[in-house]
Amino acid sequence: MGNVKQDKIIELIDITRKFEDGLVAVDGINLYVRKGEFVTFLGPSGCGKTTTLRMIAGFDKPTGGKVLLNGKDISDLPPNKRPINTVFQRYALFPHLNVYDNIAFGLKLKRINTVYEDKNGKRFEKKVKFSKSEISAKVDKVLKMVDLEGFEKRSVSTLSGGQQQRVAIARALVNEPEILLLDEPLGALDLKMRKDMQLELKEMHKKLGITFIYVTHDQEEALTMSDTIVVMKDGVIQQIGTPTDIYNEPKNAFVADFIGESNIFSGTYVGNRKVRFIGKTFDCVDDFEPNDKVDVVVRPEDVEITDADKGTVSGKIISSIFKGIHYEMTVKIGKAEVLIQNTVERKVGETVGIVIKPNNIHIMAKEFSSNRYDGYITKKNTVCFGDGEFECDVTQLYAGSSLDEEGYLITAEGEKIDLTDTDVKVEVGLKDIEISDDQEKGGAIGNIVSIIYKGDHYQLIVRTEENEEDYVFDTEDTWNENDRVSVIIPKDKIRLSLVTENNK
Amino acid sequence: MKKWLSWIFLFAVLLFIYLPIVILAIYSFTNSAIIGKWNGFSFDLYKQLFTVERLRKTILNTVLLAVLASGLSAILGTLGAIGVFYNKKWLGKYVKSASHIPVINAEIVTAISLALVFALFNIGRSYFALLMGHMVLCTPFVMLSVLPKLKQMDGSLYEAALDLGATPTQALFKVIIPEIMPGIFSGFMLAITLSLDDYMISAYTKPTTLDTISTYVYQAVKNQNKSMLPALRALSAVIFFVMIIVVIVINLRASKKSAVKSTVK
Repeated sequence: MGNVKQDKIIELIDITRKFEDGLVAVDGINLYVRKGEFVTFLGPSGCGKTTTLRMIAGFDKPTGGKVLLNGKDISDLPPNKRPINTVFQRYALFPHLNVYDNIAFGLKLKRINTVYEDKNGKRFEKKVKFSKSEISAKVDKVLKMVDLEGFEKRSVSTLSGGQQQRVAIARALVNEPEILLLDEPLGALDLKMRKDMQLELKEMHKKLGITFIYVTHDQEEALTMSDTIVVMKDGVIQQIGTPTDIYNEPKNAFVADFIGESNIFSGTYVGNRKVRFIGKTFDCVDDFEPNDKVDVVVRPEDVEITDADKGTVSGKIISSIFKGIHYEMTVKIGKAEVLIQNTVERKVGETVGIVIKPNNIHIMAKEFSSNRYDGYITKKNTVCFGDGEFECDVTQLYAGSSLDEEGYLITAEGEKIDLTDTDVKVEVGLKDIEISDDQEKGGAIGNIVSIIYKGDHYQLIVRTEENEEDYVFDTEDTWNENDRVSVIIPKDKIRLSLVTENNK
Repeated sequence: MKKWLSWIFLFAVLLFIYLPIVILAIYSFTNSAIIGKWNGFSFDLYKQLFTVERLRKTILNTVLLAVLASGLSAILGTLGAIGVFYNKKWLGKYVKSASHIPVINAEIVTAISLALVFALFNIGRSYFALLMGHMVLCTPFVMLSVLPKLKQMDGSLYEAALDLGATPTQALFKVIIPEIMPGIFSGFMLAITLSLDDYMISAYTKPTTLDTISTYVYQAVKNQNKSMLPALRALSAVIFFVMIIVVIVINLRASKKSAVKSTVK
């Protein structure tokens, strides 16, 4: 971290990448990378991290926004003109060249500006190639750095995965780039080798002092190596911070769930630094408005076990698994389950008390308090929204109104209104949505794209295919990600309001 | 018992395939006019290949045409395959399908349409027409043997070359072409054999004064002028022998390469 300077080397301004098929891989992200920093883009597959990297490398052009390098717009600069080199996911070594020629590939193409003086003492600039001995010296140097001395003449196809990885790193570093991009470079290595390479890369970064931008889906890798982590999901940045920040102060339930193991509970802020969850009130250090609905995150290693009568709350151990350095135990408290990691085992069936220190309780504002959609009323007085059609009570739009036999709305003043095609705002609570395997049963059909366990229930997101509308709701039933389900909303749970100039 | 039978069967199949060529090769060492009559061992037929002016010219024409047409087809077919492969839009798809049609099209149709086109543009029967005709025949086969190599290639190789500072043209010549070279080479070999034994297209496009081996044989049979036909036995034996050597060399090189890989891994 001593390398990190204050000046920004790369800056992404409102970068968007939309593909021809309409998929938005990166959706208006803003971030900057400082000189000498080790930044990691972290997220599940399909979150847009690789696309972001490809736009920095120049392989993909942003469909919106700008990429700045040292303050200059390079959005239209081709990859071969950028002082940036990449280590590819599957190395992309040239099979027809040996180790030496692979590494020397970039050097042989490079032309350097050299100043000459002619007879009259006039200076002029000329672009010259590196000499053979210069190239050879540079290649030797990087081969030494990646511990592959003596491999110059070997064909790359005879190397092991780890060795190919080192050649790929050497091939990028020999060009002395300002920025090194690494696209899940350790994904194909086995666990032991991966751990070694992580430390080696970190060491290299320290020694070279150049900027590293690293892409991975492995949260542990990100925590180990980075100065800064950028957590992404669905093409949007969820949080930017140091590894400690991200681990200890996750901004939302997604980050908490993705980084490390965690207990996530739905709770209510009682006020006066107290929060209520799993049926008990705990002291905490965060400050919210009284009665705010919040997500509470507690890391499994921060839950302390005591005797049944000494804890803030007590429950029964329902499972215990040995994990090498600790036991992972689950305690059932009322309807909620709490995951605990501790080096001392408690037997299954034992009743224990648990204590959580106030500064180990992390509270986040709830991401969703209700689903909101734009919709319209149909001829049959149903409402269309979120890629579906639902039965609803349209009389709530006008206080005291009723429907006549023909389906017209009669207002309290006796006025007759045809509601067909009226635009409305729709609001549905998190607890008011059900889903079913029977696709005929509900008003909309979608796939489960996210399941987050919240102590005593799951929070699911069902996304429709057509316009990617999300239905967020809580359920106690277990479902599987990618299940195709229909969404059921009871008639009386759909809250409608007319579109006015104020809420447009 | 069963094993014994399967050996006989295998032997019979091989005999069926190779017997005619073996007999031809044996009878290339005697100067009799018809196969079946042995006039005693001699190299006369081989001598004729080099001494008879007309034969020598025909052979030279055929080989030169084959090399020229195959070389040009290899260049054209490779560029075509690369263009089709990297053009992901609808155009690439249609060009790819269209380029496969000459492969399955009857050669006589190709030949007649070529003759018509050349007549239309006033090119008529000429060496140019003959060369173009053979290229039309060979290019799709080169494309067919290059495309799979492009598909097998790691897609990020091209991007890696750009990343290391290569311009798109440098990336093409320094990375992509060397990578698909085996495909280009096998396409070239396929083109050579196709061009060597083509009759239809040559017959419809060649200038009247020029003969390839196949048109020469046809002429000779038609004109009942069979004096030079026995010499073709020697020519066939030579071609067969060269082909065997090429196949053996290719196989040896391939097995050597895989042997190197397996000892290291």
